[in-house]
Amino acid sequence: MPAVSKGDGMRGLAVFISDIRNCKSKEAEIKRINKELANIRSKFKGDKALDGYSKKKYVCKLLFIFLLGHDIDFGHMEAVNLLSSNRYTEKQIGYLFISVLVNSNSELIRLINNAIKNDLASRNPTFMGLALHCIANVGSREMAEAFAGEIPKILVAGDTMDSVKQSAALCLLRLYRTSPDLVPMGDWTSRVVHLLNDQHLGVVTAATSLITTLAQKNPEEFKTSVSLAVSRLSRIVTSASTDLQDYTYYFVPAPWLSVKLLRLLQCYPPPDPAVRGRLTECLETILNKAQEPPKSKKVQHSNAKNAVLFEAISLIIHHDSEPNLLVRACNQLGQFLQHRETNLRYLALESMCTLASSEFSHEAVKTHIETVINALKTERDVSVRQRAVDLLYAMCDRSNAQQIVAEMLSYLETADYSIREEIVLKVAILAEKYAVDYTWYVDTILNLIRIAGDYVSEEVWYRVIQIVINRDDVQGYAAKTVFEALQAPACHENLVKVGGYILGEFGNLIAGDPRSSPLIQFNLLHSKFHLCSVPTRALLLSTYIKFVNLFPEVKTTIQDVLRSDSQLKNADVELQQRAVEYLRLSTVASTDILATVLEEMPPFPERESSILAKLKKKKGPSTVTDLEEAKRERSADVNGGPEPAPASAASTPSPSADLLGLGAAPPAPAGPPPSSGGLLVDVFSDSPSAVAPLAPGSEDNFARFVCKNNGVLFENQLLQIGLKSEFRQNLGRMFIFYGNKTSTQFLNFTPTLICSDDLQTNLSLQTKPVDPTVDGGAQVQQVVNIECVSDFTEAPVLNIQFRYGGTFQNVSVKLPITLNKFFQPTEMASQDFFQRWKQLSSPQQEVQNIFKAKHPMDTEVTKAKIIGFGSALLEDVDPNPANFVGAGIIHTRTTQIGCLLRLEPNLQAQVRLLEERASYARAVFWLWCGMGPKWGRLRSSERCVPLCNLRCPADT
Amino acid sequence: MQFMLLFSRQGKLRLQKWYVPLSDKEKKKITRELVQTVLARKPKMCSFLEWRDLKIVYKRYASLYFCCAIEDQDNELITLEIIHRYVELLDKYFGSVCELDIIFNFEKAYFILDEFLLGGEVQETSKKNVLKAIEQADLLQEPRHEFFNVPVY
Repeated sequence: MPAVSKGDGMRGLAVFISDIRNCKSKEAEIKRINKELANIRSKFKGDKALDGYSKKKYVCKLLFIFLLGHDIDFGHMEAVNLLSSNRYTEKQIGYLFISVLVNSNSELIRLINNAIKNDLASRNPTFMGLALHCIANVGSREMAEAFAGEIPKILVAGDTMDSVKQSAALCLLRLYRTSPDLVPMGDWTSRVVHLLNDQHLGVVTAATSLITTLAQKNPEEFKTSVSLAVSRLSRIVTSASTDLQDYTYYFVPAPWLSVKLLRLLQCYPPPDPAVRGRLTECLETILNKAQEPPKSKKVQHSNAKNAVLFEAISLIIHHDSEPNLLVRACNQLGQFLQHRETNLRYLALESMCTLASSEFSHEAVKTHIETVINALKTERDVSVRQRAVDLLYAMCDRSNAQQIVAEMLSYLETADYSIREEIVLKVAILAEKYAVDYTWYVDTILNLIRIAGDYVSEEVWYRVIQIVINRDDVQGYAAKTVFEALQAPACHENLVKVGGYILGEFGNLIAGDPRSSPLIQFNLLHSKFHLCSVPTRALLLSTYIKFVNLFPEVKTTIQDVLRSDSQLKNADVELQQRAVEYLRLSTVASTDILATVLEEMPPFPERESSILAKLKKKKGPSTVTDLEEAKRERSADVNGGPEPAPASAASTPSPSADLLGLGAAPPAPAGPPPSSGGLLVDVFSDSPSAVAPLAPGSEDNFARFVCKNNGVLFENQLLQIGLKSEFRQNLGRMFIFYGNKTSTQFLNFTPTLICSDDLQTNLSLQTKPVDPTVDGGAQVQQVVNIECVSDFTEAPVLNIQFRYGGTFQNVSVKLPITLNKFFQPTEMASQDFFQRWKQLSSPQQEVQNIFKAKHPMDTEVTKAKIIGFGSALLEDVDPNPANFVGAGIIHTRTTQIGCLLRLEPNLQAQVRLLEERASYARAVFWLWCGMGPKWGRLRSSERCVPLCNLRCPADT
Repeated sequence: MQFMLLFSRQGKLRLQKWYVPLSDKEKKKITRELVQTVLARKPKMCSFLEWRDLKIVYKRYASLYFCCAIEDQDNELITLEIIHRYVELLDKYFGSVCELDIIFNFEKAYFILDEFLLGGEVQETSKKNVLKAIEQADLLQEPRHEFFNVPVY
């Protein structure tokens, strides 16, 4: 069949296209196009009305020009005109143009939507099809607004043709993807689910896609689809290869539909036992078929069959509950690892990565280690080797870490440049994670630097230093090893950095050996100095001054170096400054001062490994860390208990420092001892159930909210929490807004309000759970209804847990619900005030505090704070006009507490006397606590001793 | 599926279908990058690669590369067969399809694709049903030959 006989050959178009093809140069092409554009423009603008055919032809030419990559700024109106043509081909070209050149001109959109509306209402299935295709192709918000209500009706109407149903289903899917808020759930959803039973397999195929997407967001609403999908799948996999006629593809029955059904089932946990049995049978059948001899030699047959198989394996891994199936899946993938088809080897490696994280199949995956290592060495395609690296990383545990790290290191020698950095990160992480013996860790990292120094990022060498500093059992070894590594005639600058830092801190540990005496160490480092970049030289200068402290015998040598012109007059200002300052320091400071200034570095605080963070960033949040997390959960079983916490470096003074007695500084007294476990396990120690300690700065933020109700309570790089609250008498309502600052979804987003038992009886909080998914850039709101039952002192804690990418996030902040929120201001006259003031004079009823103001006092600010605090500001009450006086009643369900307040600023001394009298002392105490942080630091862990922490000259 | 591109061995784009909203500039950038990446690969290499946060599935038929971008959860092998089924559809419609058919009848190539894939999902896998839809449309058009009454340009 010659192409031109198909459809209506537009001869003018064909001629134009061959003209373009004959153009010898880009310039000639542009010239030809400009000529055509001018021609079309004149036709469109001409007096003579164009007939539909010409319009279609010109619109099609414009489309061709656009698809060549040129800009088109006219013709939209003509295309829109074509939409209302009764001739199918004209309409079709019009729709094609509109779909490709989407335009945001609102007038045009109105016309387009009108034309679509007419076609949808035409009941002509081909016209309806075109209109639905157009909506699905454009998928804009405007279209969703216009048609999202209409399409579900078309989809489930009894008299809709099958082909229209198919288009309607996918059209709705597209609109739901772009504007989920505009697609209303309703009665139609249950009817859509029943499309899984439809006789027409094309309808089932389209509907399954729609249901899968909808079920991801609304699992409850679509959960009946599970049993329907299983029975449909079961009918397909047990059918003979000819049963499904044209839906059989190279002897595989309905492969696309099978894959989609298996995908749909991955939106849900394993089904109920009855359905589950049938599903297991299906999955077994699919696994069995993989072992049968192929029905055709064509690659299409094996691809289609294996597509279903891989999807079935994904479902088995997703359910992660049938050890038998998991092991069978693993064996099947093991066969593919050695298949002659590169595609299958690639996919097997990829799929095994996820299997490695299941506790049932982890061991089975590990048995393939030799094959995977072999793949790393022999695969010719870098993307396959990359998968092999990923799999080795995923299957790594304590038992095989040494082997895997060694293999990765040896692969690194020849690895493609594109994946070196990633391998370096992976090796560094594995070496750290599975280090039983830290000398092995140090060796591994130094090897990394030796083999692929250029790819060792700062994160990696920072990390090795953090670890050496925090673990005193490895410091001597590290010093010895870097010293030896530095002997190499050409060593990487990163090694000089690590070496410089470690010898500066721990060079004393090896200085007893005459082969690594202080002078030899210094000369070794200094021999590298001139080959290094400025930042490394700066680091080395710091090492030298540390040597001055550690080894008084080389002081003069080092001073000479610092004093040389190349240092003191260095063109680089940083180097020059260091040289000058260090030289001066070494001259003027006494041994004691020097020892204090250059004391050994305190242990680093615990934090997530920056390497892991970097790997996540590199690989995208989801890929790496899911495994990590799964492994973490599993580690207790597979690795025989959680990793032992290394001894706290800070709590035991470095024994070697004392032994050598070379005037070394005493171990750092200031370093906070790691609270739970050492640095090495920090990456893996956050347990999802534990509540995080309060976020840093939370206290300060909390204090700011004592006197205000709205604002930002917490913010980090991922999350912002805003508050809006209102209180009346003993009731209140707080709106908490959680904003996702990233572009990635938060999953399992669960905010929880935590009250101590004591607080629970006095403060009642009610709220509903929020949507567990927070889209990137989105904000969700939670309402908390509050009732103050009785007076209370603590504040509730808001704990937020979620998963970002693959990492578990845990944030706690104090929620500013404080007793003063239930303060109702009370106006009273001077006489009344002082009368009551005198009545409330027993020690239990009064609290008085003197403190130094943190900031210069501003009358207006102070007034605003007293009002913000909740009490009335009583003017002209106190005989001394400089004093501030306030009064109010605290409302609780059980009682009301009257409170009076006086603030007496002493401007000269910047000291304030704050007196407060309340009906009873518990409230008084609390008010102090709430009030305190506003003007000074005033806090106490004991009730009724509010003054104990006050540090202020006037107080003593 | 996020998008599908057809391009020649010389890197000329022959068909582009985008199922996610992107600006023209982004589309051009993606196309340039991907064409380069895919053309640089050797014949025996595997048909899948990771690219940005997507998976690329591609296959070469004669002088044309068919290249699909799918998401992390999507099935690579079935996507490979989506490509093959599309090629079969073109082949059946044009009769031994060649690159020139797609160049000169690009609009038909788009129409066939729309019948087969919609919104990035498979709409109809039956070859018969897809071609029936297209051929019905061909029958609907009135016989009309422009060289009788309309100038060429």
